[in-house]
Amino acid sequence: MTVFLQQLINGLSLGAIYALIALGYTMVYGTLQLINFAHGEVYMVGAFVALYLARWTGVVDNPSIPGVALVLLGAMAFCAALGMTIERLAYRPLRKSTRLNILITAIGVSLLLQNLGLLLFGPIDTFPTIVPETQWEPMVGLVIRSNDLITLGVTLSLMLGLRHIVEKTQMGRAMRAVSHSRDTAAMMGIPVDRVISFTFALGSVLAAAAAFLVAMDKHVIKPDMGAMGGLKAFVAAVLGGIGSIPGAVLGGFMLGISETLVSGYLASTYRDAIAFGILIIVLLVRPSGLLGRHTVEKV
Amino acid sequence: MLRSAIVGYGALVVGLAAIWAVHYFVIPWTDVYFTSVAIRIGINMLAVMALSLVLGFTGQFSLGHAGFMAIGAYSSGYLALHMGVPPMLATLIGGFAAAIGGLTVGLPSLRLSGDYLAVVTLGFNGIIIVVIQNTKALGAALGMIGLPQATSFGWTFTWLLLGGVFLRNLIRSPHGRMLMAVRDNEIAVRSLGIDTTRAKVTAFVLGAFWAGIAGGLIAFLNASISPAQFSYDRSIELVAMVVLGGTGSMSGPLIAAAVLTALPEVLRPIAQYRMVLYSFVLIVMMLARPQGLMGSRELIDLFSRRKKVAGV
Repeated sequence: MTVFLQQLINGLSLGAIYALIALGYTMVYGTLQLINFAHGEVYMVGAFVALYLARWTGVVDNPSIPGVALVLLGAMAFCAALGMTIERLAYRPLRKSTRLNILITAIGVSLLLQNLGLLLFGPIDTFPTIVPETQWEPMVGLVIRSNDLITLGVTLSLMLGLRHIVEKTQMGRAMRAVSHSRDTAAMMGIPVDRVISFTFALGSVLAAAAAFLVAMDKHVIKPDMGAMGGLKAFVAAVLGGIGSIPGAVLGGFMLGISETLVSGYLASTYRDAIAFGILIIVLLVRPSGLLGRHTVEKV
Repeated sequence: MLRSAIVGYGALVVGLAAIWAVHYFVIPWTDVYFTSVAIRIGINMLAVMALSLVLGFTGQFSLGHAGFMAIGAYSSGYLALHMGVPPMLATLIGGFAAAIGGLTVGLPSLRLSGDYLAVVTLGFNGIIIVVIQNTKALGAALGMIGLPQATSFGWTFTWLLLGGVFLRNLIRSPHGRMLMAVRDNEIAVRSLGIDTTRAKVTAFVLGAFWAGIAGGLIAFLNASISPAQFSYDRSIELVAMVVLGGTGSMSGPLIAAAVLTALPEVLRPIAQYRMVLYSFVLIVMMLARPQGLMGSRELIDLFSRRKKVAGV
């Protein structure tokens, strides 16, 4: 029972990360019907920007709450700019192009960022402890770590913020309109390009937050961390129903929990295969995902 | 029709004779390094041709072709190492094993299209690698070592020629035209009562077969193989080659494969920038010339004065 509870806590924490990244995939897919393969790399860049910010501002040596907040917000701002730049330079010129071409471009951007990251940042780096870590043991064998609580807390507040933006603001309404029908939205005078740009910024901000949380907890960051992380988050988005915001959250937590349960009870070497297995089953049984809209291909 | 068939088989015989003549009379006096680059070019050309059938001619985005190469490489390697099967026969069997893999992957996933198919094939690639990494009999993460080094210049280019003639004949057959029609407008083809899933699965299985052969050749190239050789990066590399060469062209991707395999050898000092260069070229290409270098034309079109009928 304690093993189960322990894995459940680990899974919630891991799932929060997947959910944050998955939100970026699902929002972009909602507006552009594009799998933004570069999203995982935006997440990776977020981790490194946070690291360099922490070094330059001296937060590494004397951590403080404003300092940590500065690092987090700085990484978020940088990633927002990066996401908007990618969209502007690589995806917007291809708006009228076939989906295969845009997809290949997205893969190209992803590879470019990953390999530039390898050249600029080196193959591996260590993220210092800038957030104090403690842990409690309420039951024998059950450990609750402060990092897990921080991860869940930050994730939940970001999700509430996102919900507010999407449901209550003018821009959020425009986003929903564009994802419903881009052409109709354009005819109603919605500045579609600006809405898409905003969507990329929003997704990238969440990815940067996820990157910060992972770096803070795991301390090891690599230029290729976005490849597998991004792919699994994408699986989470598909599982929940791509294009659906609550779906991405649900999918993220489900994937995180099933991964930790499998590695806790079975073998951790098969951990990476779980996500792909889930993906394949979902796509074959219910391609629109758990909460997705079913669409029919028309001429 | 008959004339073109005779030309095809004539070219096959002449080609085989030329390849083995070079193998016996030129290669022994050629630099070992140069030969090994030539062999690697040949293998990559074969793998790219296999993907070109799926991606270029049938329009199905497979991001997991390295997975089929892995099946081919590991099954032929296993047969040669533990069962004493002659390497080139093992390669052929490896090709069939990859084809079965292609059928298993293709049957369920080809109901999906576009981006979903890309991700599912990517997922299968990942699963194949994870399974190999966890299988002791296949050497797990360390890989398989002590394989016979049987991949010679002659054999590599024999397989490449066989694959090329096969693909050329397939594309010119009614079956090949059906594949291209599926690529151009799947709904229209389906409305003519053609089972498009079946057509796509066929292309997928054939593409997997030739990828498996390429994998077998890799297995017997350097006496060892490891799962990392067949990862996602390899699949992307193949996609890049097909896309740069031109989707819907046979010679375009082959040229791209040759150039992109040879380039890092020529530019050794900047080898670390290879992937940066690839990805950058890929993006620029998509923005500037999305149909690839050759589009759907062939090398031979550039030399023949006769205007070809569109699409042939």
